[in-house]
Amino acid sequence: MELEAFHQEIILDHKRRPRHFRSLPGATRRVEGNNPLCGDRLTFDIDVRDGRIAAAGFQGEGCALAMASASLMTEAIQGLTVAEARSLFTRVHDLMTGECRGPGGDLGKLEALSGVCGYPARIKCASLAWQALRTALEAPEKREISTELEP
Amino acid sequence: MTAAPERRPERPALDIEAIRRDFPILQQQVHGQPLAYLDNAATSQKPAAVIEAVSRYYREDNANIHRAVHTLADRATAAYEGAREKVRRFINAGSSREVVFTRGATEAINLVAASFGQRLREGDEILVSHLEHHANIVPWQQLCERTGATLRVIPMTATGELDLADLDGLINERTRLVSVVHVSNVFGTINPVERIVEAAHAREIPVLLDGAQATPHAPVDVQSLGCDFYVFSGHKMYGPTGIGVLYGREALLETMPPYQTGGDMIRTVSFEGTEFNELPFRFEAGTPNIAGAVGLGAAVDYLEGVGLERIAAREQELLAYGTQALESVEGLSIVGTAPRKAAVLSFVVEDMHPGDMGTILDHQGVAVRTGHHCAMPAMQFLGLPGTTRASLAFYNTFEEVDRLVKALAFAREVLG
Repeated sequence: MELEAFHQEIILDHKRRPRHFRSLPGATRRVEGNNPLCGDRLTFDIDVRDGRIAAAGFQGEGCALAMASASLMTEAIQGLTVAEARSLFTRVHDLMTGECRGPGGDLGKLEALSGVCGYPARIKCASLAWQALRTALEAPEKREISTELEP
Repeated sequence: MTAAPERRPERPALDIEAIRRDFPILQQQVHGQPLAYLDNAATSQKPAAVIEAVSRYYREDNANIHRAVHTLADRATAAYEGAREKVRRFINAGSSREVVFTRGATEAINLVAASFGQRLREGDEILVSHLEHHANIVPWQQLCERTGATLRVIPMTATGELDLADLDGLINERTRLVSVVHVSNVFGTINPVERIVEAAHAREIPVLLDGAQATPHAPVDVQSLGCDFYVFSGHKMYGPTGIGVLYGREALLETMPPYQTGGDMIRTVSFEGTEFNELPFRFEAGTPNIAGAVGLGAAVDYLEGVGLERIAAREQELLAYGTQALESVEGLSIVGTAPRKAAVLSFVVEDMHPGDMGTILDHQGVAVRTGHHCAMPAMQFLGLPGTTRASLAFYNTFEEVDRLVKALAFAREVLG
């Protein structure tokens, strides 16, 4: 396994040119995500209307894995229903943790995130965006999450 | 016949190859590359002499100390108290009564906060610095919350040094204790602690020095430093984890209530009351980490065998070489540029996050620390999410520094 976390061209592409890297002032949900161990601080705006994610964006600073994962997430959830987004969270979470099945499933571009599975110290970086998504969907009153606290 | 003037024989330079053979863990590959262990400020590796001493203790001498009359108990007690005496000599404490074994520097600070801290009242002040490790912030913060005292902070500069311009204002009639770091774990800065001790003592305020990063790198003499407390950890100075030391001036320790209570720290116990044991046992409740103390004693022997002066000289060479080598890396800035430093090189590289660097360096067999180094206030002051830190020990080589530089170039290729 030679640096799989980075060698996926998709990861580096999204790190260099993050998609939806902007704030959404009218969004219904805002979650500030903090991963103090690595120093990732990202703010996510997720606009949920009529049970559907109308738009998503993020801002802030983070490592390649945090940025790429946030970019991929904001891209992937556009237009999903809340139920679909919940299900996607679970599948991506399983991809990054647990058995390390590697890429090759049916998650499309998100399969690139499978590389972090072999880096226990880095999983928090890649999962920051997804934990923020879960918080936005499940606990809209929460404004902040930290990888060092149980959500 | 006149005698020639006495000259101390010059000790030859260190044989680094031989020294590296003393550290079994260094003889391995990581991700197919020889391990370059550059994370010594987090914890140092252990020489075979330390590993053997711990192992021998359990194989041959293990018993509880200070209690039974049998032979093994005598041997275990002698080994434990022998280690205390080695530590006393190592830091030049006046008496072994001033050497309290703890789990580490962190517990030593907590001991002082819990025990000495009982005399604090609302309106009192504790003075720390902006360079502190969390271990020298949080116990005082908690103490202030309990007592209504106030935590004051000596500011830092952009070069990772203490800003002592207003020291005389910060140390005032409300100050009850000054607790500062001797050598910064983030930047390697060797702080002018003598000056702080002098200013505090002018007002008869005791001073605690956090020496966790000092004892591995240069001789420490608590009497010439003049401090009232000095704390350090065994595992950062080539000893085992889970053992550390609180040095406390005897007259001050005598005035302090117990920290934890239980066996070994008592003289007599009845249900009417308890008479506490004498120093240092009064602060060592329960069966201590005997094997850890024995291992720390062996680490002291090892360090003295190699020679702290030679270790310091060797590490200064590595620091000078490493500083120059890193400065040649495009986009790299060294964070912490004090003129007096231990061999710690914290740095940031443009467009490269420390976390990503750490993973890529690891794949080149180069172990460094990335992140906030348990010093979030210092990182916040500098406006950095973290740094990458290479912390060198005397067993590191110039080639390992070169490999760090090469690995950084590779990281640039991957992430660029």
